[in-house]
Amino acid sequence: MKISADQPSGLTALDRPNSYIGRSVPRPNLARLTAGRGQYVSDVVLPRLVHVAFVRSPHAHARIKNIETAQAKKAPGVVAVVTGAELTKVITPWVGVLTHLKGLKSAPQHAIAIERACWQGEAVCAVVARTRAQAEDACALIQIEYEPLPAVADAETALDAATPVIHPELGDNLTFERTLNVGDADKGFAEADAVVETTFVFGRHTGVTNEPRSIVADWNPGEQRLTVYQGTQAPHMTQNLFAKHLGLEERQVRVLTKDVGGSFGIKVHIYADEMATVALAKLLRRPVKFVADRFESFSTDIHARDHRVKAKIGVKNEGTITAFAIDDLTGIGPYSVYPRTSGIEANQVVSLVGGSYTCPNYRAHARVVFQNKNVMCQYRAVGHPIATAVTEGLVELAAAKIGMDAAEIRRKNLFPDDTYPATSAAGLKFEKLSHHACLDKILAMMDYKKLRAEQRQLRARGIHRGIGLASFIEVTNPSAAFYGVGGARISSQDGATVRLDATGAVFVHSGVTEQGQGAESVLAQCVATAFGVPIERVRVVTGDTDNTPYGGGTWASRATGIGGEAAWQAGKALRANVLAAAAPILQANPEALDIRAGIVVDADTGRERMGLDEVARIVYFRPDTLSPGLQAEFVATRHYVPRAWPFAFTNGVQASYLDVDIKTGAVKLLRHWCVEDCGTVINPQLVDEQIRGGIVQGIGAALFEHCLYDEAGQLLNGNMMDYLVPMACEMPDIDIDHMVSPTADSELGAKGAGEAGTAGAPACVMNAINDALRPLGAAPITAMPITPERVLEALRK
Amino acid sequence: MSERFCEISLSVNGEDVNERVEARKTLVDFLRDDLGLTGSHVGCEHGVCGACTVLLDGAVVRGCLVLAVQCDGARVETIEGLSDSGAIADLQDAFQRRNALQCGFCTPGMLIGAQDLLARGGIPSRDAIREHISGNYCRCTGYHAIVDAIESIALARAGKAA
Repeated sequence: MKISADQPSGLTALDRPNSYIGRSVPRPNLARLTAGRGQYVSDVVLPRLVHVAFVRSPHAHARIKNIETAQAKKAPGVVAVVTGAELTKVITPWVGVLTHLKGLKSAPQHAIAIERACWQGEAVCAVVARTRAQAEDACALIQIEYEPLPAVADAETALDAATPVIHPELGDNLTFERTLNVGDADKGFAEADAVVETTFVFGRHTGVTNEPRSIVADWNPGEQRLTVYQGTQAPHMTQNLFAKHLGLEERQVRVLTKDVGGSFGIKVHIYADEMATVALAKLLRRPVKFVADRFESFSTDIHARDHRVKAKIGVKNEGTITAFAIDDLTGIGPYSVYPRTSGIEANQVVSLVGGSYTCPNYRAHARVVFQNKNVMCQYRAVGHPIATAVTEGLVELAAAKIGMDAAEIRRKNLFPDDTYPATSAAGLKFEKLSHHACLDKILAMMDYKKLRAEQRQLRARGIHRGIGLASFIEVTNPSAAFYGVGGARISSQDGATVRLDATGAVFVHSGVTEQGQGAESVLAQCVATAFGVPIERVRVVTGDTDNTPYGGGTWASRATGIGGEAAWQAGKALRANVLAAAAPILQANPEALDIRAGIVVDADTGRERMGLDEVARIVYFRPDTLSPGLQAEFVATRHYVPRAWPFAFTNGVQASYLDVDIKTGAVKLLRHWCVEDCGTVINPQLVDEQIRGGIVQGIGAALFEHCLYDEAGQLLNGNMMDYLVPMACEMPDIDIDHMVSPTADSELGAKGAGEAGTAGAPACVMNAINDALRPLGAAPITAMPITPERVLEALRK
Repeated sequence: MSERFCEISLSVNGEDVNERVEARKTLVDFLRDDLGLTGSHVGCEHGVCGACTVLLDGAVVRGCLVLAVQCDGARVETIEGLSDSGAIADLQDAFQRRNALQCGFCTPGMLIGAQDLLARGGIPSRDAIREHISGNYCRCTGYHAIVDAIESIALARAGKAA
C-alpha cells in the first residue's frame, strides 16, 4: 500500500506550527472530479448557444479559388456560414515573432485561411449552427475549389534553391537561426582520444490532451463585453490577444478557465480556430462554442520535437569530455505560432545541450524552417527532451567507446556539487544544483551494481536487458527573460490576493491556473501556513481575469515557485493585518501575537486568545467598538517575480531498466527511477505525480508517439487508433526520490517540477535500449520513436 | 424525416427517462446534451480513450460507440449515479488520497473500469490491474498512482490491510 501519509516530509526547513509545507495534503478539487462534477469548457452551455464547425483544407498547400456556401446556408439549423475574408471585418491577423529571438520571421496568419491554405487541417470556412452535428452536416455541403500548390514537407530540403518559398514576401523558408561558439570546440575535438559523431532524429508528436481544446465565447452587445470560457493555461495572455485582435480594450474581455482536461503546453498558445470562435461570437452577437474533435486535435493542436540533430562529442581515455558540437534542424509548419513563437524550442536545444557538464568547448548551430505541415510550438519540457537525449546519448556512446561505466563518465564530468554558483558553456546560470548527490542516490535506489551483475547473468541466458541513465537540467520559474523582454504581453510575475471572510475563512485569488497539477492545493498550503488557518478554511479562486491578480498563468513550471511565493507573502501580509486589528482588541502588542490553526495566540506560549471568527465578527459587524483611527484591512495582495536569476534551474537523473526482445524488436519496460531536485517541496505527492506523469509522456515520445506525414504533407495517422499513446499495460512502476537545493531568490525556495519527467525519460530509455543491444554489435539507435522496426533494423547492421 | 428520430425509454441512474432522440446520436452525447450528465466525457469519439465509459445493463461500454436508440429499454449507469449511490465511495476516496487523477477528465471512465475489475472479486495483481485499465487513456498520471489506488481498494475489500 503506497498511499502517502499526510505528515511532514522532512523535506523543508519552513517550520511554522501547523505547517502544511512539505505535506501530501490531498487536493480539494478531487472530490468533485471523482464524482463527475467537474466543469470543463466542453460542459459549458449558455442561453442562445450555437456551435461552430470548420471546413478544413484537405491539401497541405493550395490556393482557394472559390467557396460555394449557398447550399450550406439553407441547411437545417444553420445560423451562419462565414469565410476567412468575411471574418476579417471583425478580427485582424497576427504574426508570431518576438524581438529577442533576433531575425525570427513569420507571415501574417488569419483566423480562417484567406486565398491560400498552408497545411492540411487549416480552417477554410466556418459553419455555425444550433448543434454541432448540424454544423458538420452543413460543412459537407460547402463546395471549395482548390488549386493544389507544391508542398514543402521535408525540412532537410526546405532551404534548397529548388524548393518553393512558402511565404514569398519573406524571401526564404528560414524562420530563425542561431549559432553559438564557446571555448574552442575544434581544439577540444583535436585533444580528444575518441570522438563520437552521430545523428539524432526526434519524431514529431503532440500533446493528445484528453479533453480537446475547447472554447465558448459570448459577446454581450448590451455590456460591450466578451466573456470567454476557455481551457487555457494563460487567461491573461488570451485576454490580451482577444482584445487586441477584436479591437477591444482588455477590460472588455473576461476569460474564465474552470477545469481543464489536460494541457501540457498544448493550451498555452492561441489557435486560429479559437480566434475565429471569438470573432464569430462578436459577429453574431451570441455565444458560440467550439470543441475540437480528435481529428482536428491531431491536425491543429501544436506538434513538437520534429528535430534532426547532427551531434558530436570528444572524450579523453580517462573520461574527460573535451567538446560538444550540434547542428539542429527543425521544421515548424507554415507559421511561427502566436504569441510565444516557434523559435523557442530550437533556441532551448542550443542553450541546454551539454548543460549538466563542465566541458567548456561547445559549438552549436540551429535552423528553424517553414514547411506545409501543422504548426509546431512549445510542448511540455520545450527543447529539454531533445537536448537531454542528444547530450546523454552522446555521453553513453562516448563511455562505451572508451570502455568506461556509464555512471563513472558522469561522475567525471557533471558540475561538482560544491562549485555553485556556476555557468554552463552556453551561458546558463546555475544557483545551486546537486547532480552528484542525485546520481549517488539513484544508483543506491536502483542498486546499480546488482542490476549490472544481473544483466550479465541474464545475457548468458539470452535475455537482453538494458540499463540507461540520463542526467538533466530543467528551466523553471522563468523571469521576464523568456517572453517579456521580447515584447510579448505574457507576464512573468504573478500575484495573490487573500481575504479574510466574516467567519474566519480565507479566500485566495491567484493569477496562476489549475491544470490538474495541483496548483490550487499548493496555493492553499502556502496561505494556510503563512496565515495560520486549517487548510479546510482556505478557498482558492483561479482562472478568472475579472477576479484574480494579473499574472502569467501556468507554464514553464512556474505555478508553485512564482504563484506559491506570492501566495505565501500574501498570507504573511494578511496575518500582519489581522494581528494589527486584533492587538488593540486584546490589549496586546501585535508582535507578541501569532495566528495558529485559526486562532490568535500569544506567540511565545501559544495560549489561545481569540478565534479568527470573533476577530472578523468585531471588525465586520461591530467596528464601532474599535478604537478610533483603527481601520482593519482584511485583504492583502502580494506579487512575486524572480529577480536574481533568469531561471531557477533544477536538476535530476533518471534511470530506465528494460528488456529488448531481439526477435520482435519489442521493448518491455521493467522499472524507472528518478531523483530530482526542485528545491523546497511543498507537496511531495504532487511533485512525485508531476514527475511520474511527465516520465510517461517522455516514454511515449521515446517508444510510440509519431505524427506521420507523407511527402505531400498529408498526416497519415491523425487518430488514436493509429497514433499510439502510452497505456497502463505498457508502463512500468516509477520510483522517485528527491534532493533539496532551495532557491534563495524566494522565501519558499521552491523551484518547478512539471517538466523534469519529460525532459529525462526519452534519453534514458534510448540509452537503456542501446545498452541492451550493444553486446550484440547493433548499431546505436538514435531515432525516436524507437519502434520494433527500428530495433530490428539496428540489429541487422 | 421521421425515421431520423426515435422515441426511447430507458432507466438512467435509476430514473425513468423518455426522450425523442436523433437516430444517429451516440449514448454519450445523449447523456451529456439531453440529460445534462456531463460526468461522462468525450475524448476521442472513436472508442480508444475510454473517457465516455458507462455501464449499460451492468456491462462496461463506450458511450461513443453505442447509439442512444440502442439503449431503448436498457439500464444505464453513469459516474453521477455511481457517486450518488455510494457504490464506489471507497475507490473515489482512494483516488483522492493517492492523487490518482490530475485533470480528472479520464477519471469517471477510469473509476467505472476499475469497479468492473474489482467487482469480479479476488485481489488482482498490479499487472492485471494495468491490463484491465488499458482501454482508459490517462495523459496526466503515468498510471502508477491509479494502479496504487485500485490495488489498495482490492486489498481493503478483501479485508487485507490497505
